[in-house]
Amino acid sequence: MKTDDLVSLLATGTDAVDAKAPARHYIAAVGAGALGATVLMSLWLDVRPTLARDAVLPMFWVKEMFCVALVASGLFAVTRLSRPGAALAWVRPLAAAPIIAMWLLAVAVLVAADAEDRTDLIRGVSWTECTYNIALLSVPVFAAILWAMKQLAPTRLRLAGAAAGFAAGAIAALVYTLHCPELGAPFLAIWYVSGILIPTVFGACVGPRLLRW
Amino acid sequence: MIAAEDRLRGLLVRGLAGDAAAYHVFLKELSAHLRAFLRRRLGGLPDEVEDLVQETLLAVHNQRHTYDAGQPLTAWLHAIARYKLVDLLRRRARGDAFNDPLDDAIEVLAAADDDAADARRDVAKLLDTLPDRQRLAIAHMKLTGMSVAETARLTGTSESAVKVNVHRGLKALAAKIRGAT
Repeated sequence: MKTDDLVSLLATGTDAVDAKAPARHYIAAVGAGALGATVLMSLWLDVRPTLARDAVLPMFWVKEMFCVALVASGLFAVTRLSRPGAALAWVRPLAAAPIIAMWLLAVAVLVAADAEDRTDLIRGVSWTECTYNIALLSVPVFAAILWAMKQLAPTRLRLAGAAAGFAAGAIAALVYTLHCPELGAPFLAIWYVSGILIPTVFGACVGPRLLRW
Repeated sequence: MIAAEDRLRGLLVRGLAGDAAAYHVFLKELSAHLRAFLRRRLGGLPDEVEDLVQETLLAVHNQRHTYDAGQPLTAWLHAIARYKLVDLLRRRARGDAFNDPLDDAIEVLAAADDDAADARRDVAKLLDTLPDRQRLAIAHMKLTGMSVAETARLTGTSESAVKVNVHRGLKALAAKIRGAT
């Protein structure tokens, strides 16, 4: 087939394009993924009974804002990386900002604490399970975001896969705050961030294969 | 450059709003730009140029919903063309590893032919290998120019099914092109 014939084929009978479709795909994916993670969390872990009591503590809200900021920067990265040629300058700084802020807070807390308390601040009561739980909760979210990304056209596949993993990890972390009792900045700075990094690295590994078009 | 950006952008925006004539002009002018762009970058592989022009046009069409009207068109098109170019080179690098090294020499000689303007891969043949419901939807709507309603009546499906079949068929075609290289 000659190129001119292909051009005619493609242009013939072409309808208007629904400009809102990509946004709808993402809303559906994030909704389904977050729902999946929440169901998984409530079946396999549970919503902690002390949630209402903790909600009056400032650090509870710092923790929630930390996760919300990560979700926002993750979804920003995902939407940017699924359109060819979209500007990426803000993607990395925005993703790094909440993490660096939490690291600085953790260092401040550790410096102010007595030497014998530092290990407890870092380990909390659940350091052995936190990272693993967040990574596991991110699975349904990751699948949903990857599906949405495949409806669009990522051209930087490794970075796009990493962004999908990062956003999925951040949403999983936000859901996990309903279960997790930890409120220490050093704990969040290490174990929450690690829990998000696992799906991020996984996404970077599988992105080039799964997102190809 | 800026004139071409503005002109093509205007045509695409009208095309995305449903103006098929503007969209046709857009694709036609785009194919000339793509040919020049890819020819410069595929210096050693002139035979691949027209195939890749067609593959990129199909990609632009299939992904046209990812163009954001607030975004420079050049950046969007360049990202797609570059992606398809890199994809081709990667596929070839993988394939060549299993080929007899003599194949390279034969290709160098073949490049002396002046038929580079003809695509080597026949998209029409690949189109024939699609499942019937997709192939017929594309044939009626896109080759004979029937309306969605006429195609739906002829194939005995709903209008939305016709649209879905055309859409999926063109995506499947792009996948077949990737597989056939």
